[in-house]
Amino acid sequence: MSISVNHISKSYKSIQALQDISFNVNEGELFGLIGPDGAGKTTLFRILTTLLIADTGQASVAGYDVIKDYKAIRNCVGYMPGKFSLYQDLTVEENLEFFATIFKTTIEANYHLIKDIYVQIEPFKNRRAGKLSGGMKQKLALCCALIHKPKVLFLDEPTTGVDPVSRKEFWDMLKRLQQKGITILVSTPYMDEAALCDRVAFIQNGELLEIGTPKNIVKEYSKKLYNVKSDNMYQLIDSLNTFKYTYSAYPFGEFVHYTDTRDEFDIKELHSYLKDKGLHNITIEITNPTIEDTFMALAK
Amino acid sequence: MKILGFIIQKEFKQIFRNKGMLPIIFIMPVVQLIILSNAATFDIKNIKFSYIDNDHTSLSRALIERFDASTYFNIVSDFPSEKMANAAMSQGDVDVILEIPHYFERDLQKEKHISLSVTINAIDGSAAGVENVYINQIIQNFNKNIKADLIQTEDKQSNPVNIITLPSFWYNKTLNYKTYMVPGILVLLVTMITLFLSGMNIVREKEIGTLEQINVTPIKKSQFIIGKLFPFWIIGLALLTIGLVIAKLIFNVPIVGSYLLLYVYTSVYILVILGIGLFISNFTETQQQAMFISWFFMVIFILMSGLFTPIDSMPKWAQTITDFNPIKYFVEVMRMVMLKGAQLQDILPQLLKTFLFAFIMNGLAVWNYKKTI
Repeated sequence: MSISVNHISKSYKSIQALQDISFNVNEGELFGLIGPDGAGKTTLFRILTTLLIADTGQASVAGYDVIKDYKAIRNCVGYMPGKFSLYQDLTVEENLEFFATIFKTTIEANYHLIKDIYVQIEPFKNRRAGKLSGGMKQKLALCCALIHKPKVLFLDEPTTGVDPVSRKEFWDMLKRLQQKGITILVSTPYMDEAALCDRVAFIQNGELLEIGTPKNIVKEYSKKLYNVKSDNMYQLIDSLNTFKYTYSAYPFGEFVHYTDTRDEFDIKELHSYLKDKGLHNITIEITNPTIEDTFMALAK
Repeated sequence: MKILGFIIQKEFKQIFRNKGMLPIIFIMPVVQLIILSNAATFDIKNIKFSYIDNDHTSLSRALIERFDASTYFNIVSDFPSEKMANAAMSQGDVDVILEIPHYFERDLQKEKHISLSVTINAIDGSAAGVENVYINQIIQNFNKNIKADLIQTEDKQSNPVNIITLPSFWYNKTLNYKTYMVPGILVLLVTMITLFLSGMNIVREKEIGTLEQINVTPIKKSQFIIGKLFPFWIIGLALLTIGLVIAKLIFNVPIVGSYLLLYVYTSVYILVILGIGLFISNFTETQQQAMFISWFFMVIFILMSGLFTPIDSMPKWAQTITDFNPIKYFVEVMRMVMLKGAQLQDILPQLLKTFLFAFIMNGLAVWNYKKTI
């Protein structure tokens, strides 16, 4: 077991940030922590990276207890905070060298680990970190977190504010790192990224809603889900929300995802209801639930 | 050791890359030292003097001439009436009004006694006090001569007894205020720059988020703190050097004592200031907060340091507070060593107290510093 979290709770004054959280991450696993802003993801990361002490509960990382063996943990984990936190006034190379030195290693010793990523920013190695683009900052931060060959890598919302192409590249890099035997715990507010993890945990308001592989989680979605579309999106949602059999209705791309409270449900009935509401070009069709639908259902 | 060296190297790189900070560290103090030392004078000169001469005799004119001859007074005007003189005073055109009464010469000869009216603008209380002393000196001098004249003509028997004092100002023969101020202002600059920089430094890492990253590394608390503060210790000593060179070359302040002693004391003193800076950064979240708190302490320290106002004239309770003011000891040591040539045994009490402060401040700050959030 690479990371184990047992009944961890943490509160800041009156706010309960984490409530009895328990889960395990296997060695070499790419584990996703999925949840909206303010769910408690960063608090959990800080507890696991020994920056914060939990009120109750116990946790261990790479076999070390987060309180007793915090020194050992600091030696063998890589942490990339959500906010870019490298020295903006040092160059790319100086930043990397700095982190290598304070971990008592050198860039050369672990170059193989960061090579794939570093070659992309190497042309700018004499540029100050503050002058890099968002995507490149992200790559540099990842290099710095990897330079001491950590056993466990903590990435707190690494792709927030990064463009879709860079996001895709970033996840490809994570997959490659995983193959090198590094356990990765990554948090993200993006549901589409959840599908890329080996296993995910849904977290909301400090509580764990569900843990499992993305496929299993989707399978557990019990309701039939419909794509509803018409010419007036706003009025459509409004009308669906006042429909007496509506279980849930929320926008999803160009459609509204709709579920009914009844097990047996006639599409025609809804169609005519919407038509009465003055909507045109109505299409209603059954669709497969995604991980986002699962989250929405759990979070309800 | 390698890690410590690397952090120090990194810190220096960052300081020298900060184009906004660099001039503040090295140019501002030089400019301040030159400007402040010239401007912060206790001499009162160019006093705007005016008079109302109601007598118009040779004696009254002789008195006014005395003021005219003085380098401290500039005669700006004479007024025919008190009313106009008062109007000018309220306009701020004159600082001093001397009114010579009617029959000044006659009464003085006849009754040997006369009163003069002197009005002084006391908006600036200390300046008014000094002006009063100057005026009294001139009038007394005048009085003495007159007396001698009058007595000689009337009674040749009694010789006036004159007691003359010849003051001798030790350690600052010419009472040059620059000799007195330059060491003090040098203290101020070394303290200000090192306190502000060290206070803001660790907070800055907090603010930009690098501290969070650093805390998840095996770096030791002591390595990090020493690595962060050592550059400012060096900068403090560099500032002292620049200041001493300016004091010698531009102000020609005599430096009688040992340079080594100055550096030994300063190097201990800067530790105190760095400790205070570190303490402040432990309790603040942003550079702005750190700056305000540093300012608050700085103002109290300066005003209670004996730099501008002598500590001996403060109330007893205030004097007790100054015992805990490190700047006070630095000012004392600087003046003692530079001007008086004090030896190690002379400044030992100050050195030991400063050492104690350094130990306490740094101990508290390091103990308080946490690698968690």
